[in-house]
Amino acid sequence: MSFVIRTVSRTADGREIIRPVTLAKDELAIGRDASNDIHLADLAVEPFHARLTQTQNGRIRAESKGGLGFTVDGRVTELTDIDPATGAELGFGGHLLTVSSDGDTVIVRVERTGAVSDAAGVKDERTAFTLAGLLPSKRTGAWTLTLLVLAAFLVAPLWSWASYSHVKTRPAGFHADTTWSTGPLSSAHHALATNCQSCHDKAFISVEDTKCISCHTQIHGHADSRRQVTAMPPPGFSKSVTNAFKVAFGKPTGQRCVDCHTEHQGAGPMPATAQAFCTDCHATLKARLADTKIENVGDFGTAHPQFRPTLVVGTVGEQPRFARISLDARPTENNGLKFPHDVHLSKVNGVARMVQTMSDVFGGHRQGVGLDCKDCHTQTADGVRFLPVEMERNCQVCHSLGYDRVGGTVRTLKHGSVAQAVADVRALGLRTAVAPSMLAGRRRPGEPPLASRGAVPVSADALFTKGGACYDCHVIDRAGDASTNGWRIRRVFQPMRYMMKGWFDHKAHGTQSCASCHNAGASKSSTDVLIPGIGTLDDKTGMTCRSCHGGEGSASKVPSPCAMCHDYHSGSQAPWRPEGERPRKVAIAGLRKP
Amino acid sequence: MVTRVSVQQRVRASAHEGFLTLGRSRWAKIAATTSLVMLLVYVLDDPKPRPNGGTWYGYTLGTMGAVLILWLTALGVRKRAMTRGRWSLKTWTSAHVWLGLTLVVIATLHTGFQFGWNVHTLAYVLMMLVIVSGLFGVFAYSMLPRILSDNRNETTEPQMLEQLRSVDRQLHEAAQPLGQAHADFVRASLEQDPFGGGLWARLSGNYPRCATRTGKIAIRDELASKPRTGGDPLEKIASLLERKEAVLARVRRHLRIKALLEVWLYIHVPVTFALIAALSAHIFSVFFYW
Repeated sequence: MSFVIRTVSRTADGREIIRPVTLAKDELAIGRDASNDIHLADLAVEPFHARLTQTQNGRIRAESKGGLGFTVDGRVTELTDIDPATGAELGFGGHLLTVSSDGDTVIVRVERTGAVSDAAGVKDERTAFTLAGLLPSKRTGAWTLTLLVLAAFLVAPLWSWASYSHVKTRPAGFHADTTWSTGPLSSAHHALATNCQSCHDKAFISVEDTKCISCHTQIHGHADSRRQVTAMPPPGFSKSVTNAFKVAFGKPTGQRCVDCHTEHQGAGPMPATAQAFCTDCHATLKARLADTKIENVGDFGTAHPQFRPTLVVGTVGEQPRFARISLDARPTENNGLKFPHDVHLSKVNGVARMVQTMSDVFGGHRQGVGLDCKDCHTQTADGVRFLPVEMERNCQVCHSLGYDRVGGTVRTLKHGSVAQAVADVRALGLRTAVAPSMLAGRRRPGEPPLASRGAVPVSADALFTKGGACYDCHVIDRAGDASTNGWRIRRVFQPMRYMMKGWFDHKAHGTQSCASCHNAGASKSSTDVLIPGIGTLDDKTGMTCRSCHGGEGSASKVPSPCAMCHDYHSGSQAPWRPEGERPRKVAIAGLRKP
Repeated sequence: MVTRVSVQQRVRASAHEGFLTLGRSRWAKIAATTSLVMLLVYVLDDPKPRPNGGTWYGYTLGTMGAVLILWLTALGVRKRAMTRGRWSLKTWTSAHVWLGLTLVVIATLHTGFQFGWNVHTLAYVLMMLVIVSGLFGVFAYSMLPRILSDNRNETTEPQMLEQLRSVDRQLHEAAQPLGQAHADFVRASLEQDPFGGGLWARLSGNYPRCATRTGKIAIRDELASKPRTGGDPLEKIASLLERKEAVLARVRRHLRIKALLEVWLYIHVPVTFALIAALSAHIFSVFFYW
């Protein structure tokens, strides 16, 4: 019985060197200690690790001595019997022992397979010191990220577009093409936020006006489109650059809804159209549209013409005739009334005294002496304008139409019907006893009592002549018929809106006093037009619009773009306002019903 | 004569001109001027209703930005040819760095300061990521090579590896007479990959599970309670482990500096391509839905 130990080592080029040792023993000791038969210089091997013995039945037993196991054909064990005919591979740390037999001799081939240390093993010196292997390669990273981005932000949105381009409303949930949105939609269009196809339905075609009009069916055009094209100035530098880009990428360069109404600019109300969108054409409009009636207008603070309010300049039959006249021409307006504002607003005359004595009517809400504007002028429900002054509501408190007293009751003429009044007074003339006439010279505030002036003959004519009840306030002529003895009272027109091309809202100016704009206290005649002018640049009087309002980018108290007062989509309506609509149907002028 | 020429050459070689300040900072000046002009036009131009990529200036900046991004990316190809002269690789790199920084101004102004959760802002964010990683790279290239050189102390990488192997071999030999408990400490040190530990260990230089250190501490602790005989193999093991630790420390500092020199490119390059993809989606979407 003998063992042959073949220790294998390798040269640098891999050639094997085998050193055989024959030991005539029944038992072989295996371990790191040098005294072992098979000495394995391997730190994973115990000093006295295992032994090989031959058993009775001719097999070879390998058993662990120190408690650490070994591998047999890859399996870990502490004890195994090996059939010498088939042989086995025993692993001790980095060493491999191949056991086989040759007749009566057991051959053990010993070879080191593991490196002494990790550093001693095979290391590619070019990559060991780099990050290769610790991170995915740059190429892998680039491809992965590129494909991810393209899938998520190009393919998926295109898929959304293709799936829903013909539906009206998309189902709720995430739609990939919303990642293409450049910003939130305005509050008015919020419902369309995930319905990209509502506006963007055709690929590479800019949002068309038809898309807007499909919902905004009531919208007015601005003007005749051909005249509009003529009115447009040649493009400046910035517009030329923009147009060059637009032409290059097939975007139309003409005027479209979206040029002014820019979307995706952030949540909240859509911002008012910028001044430049108007002044581009209007600042030099006459240069291109010679026949236009519209004045050139640029910045409100510096280049806006004087206001041209629509004034009553006469009548056509029973109807008023209007004309727009510049306030610079100091126009007057004959509205058919005689009314001195200064007398009524005075703090020191009989009017003021009468207000004092009629505390039951005016008391309670007085601020100082005399009449206030609001004693006669009533605001409309929306606060934008004022209702026409009415005799019964606003004047008759002081200006009584009483003409007769029966017992303690004063009989009053019916205002508004001249024939009726004449008939009433004529009926008075049939009576034998007439109370001290209230007709002949009505007592006006501040005048001595009627009784002191003596009796006056009863005649309807007294109403229409100097001192008569009608004469004081109305313009009277002799164009009447027999029912009025030829007297006729001129029709009264009280316009409620003067700025027909713009929009003035009294309510928005509620923080100002009436007198800060309307110099009524100095007006001696009702023909005075009390509308404040636009004012001069840097006006500090506080009496004109420019005292507070300047152009869009100005340093004025209220920077005012065109859209504050004017509406592109013209009509007799208020300009579009971000904060919501206001009532728009307001009569042009108050006409007394016949 | 020959001596004079060689001296001149040496002088020229020693007067090294870095890519940042090349040609009396020519590209830095060009970049600064361009940025200022861009900024000035942005401030003076007052587009309505608000600045964005769709105004004349927005289109202009966008085109400039896109062209610049593609040109900057081309450095990846250009760098493979080292050339001299007016358009040398160094000039190109200088322009790459400075014009890349100009892109911050150009692209930010192009956004009109409108950002959101969309592909447009994604492209911007990716671009900024590329620029910031590039800035890190500039910092790394200008600071770290000197530190790397100091740490190397004139040893080459193969020499470092050979030092490790040498210590390992000595450890292996010295540990042969040891009992298994002690041999296991040495074995753990030998079997541990000195380059292992993952990305974080590389970048931070911290190797908390260093088997060499663990073994050294354990054996030192044991030796502390024993009298020094001089013949104890454990004493040799302890000093060898200490030596290995010193070699490892240098190797790891080297690895760390090399990793810092390199890691930014693992962001800079892949994100550049992601940026080009996002930029393409941005441009495509703008013209597709406009």
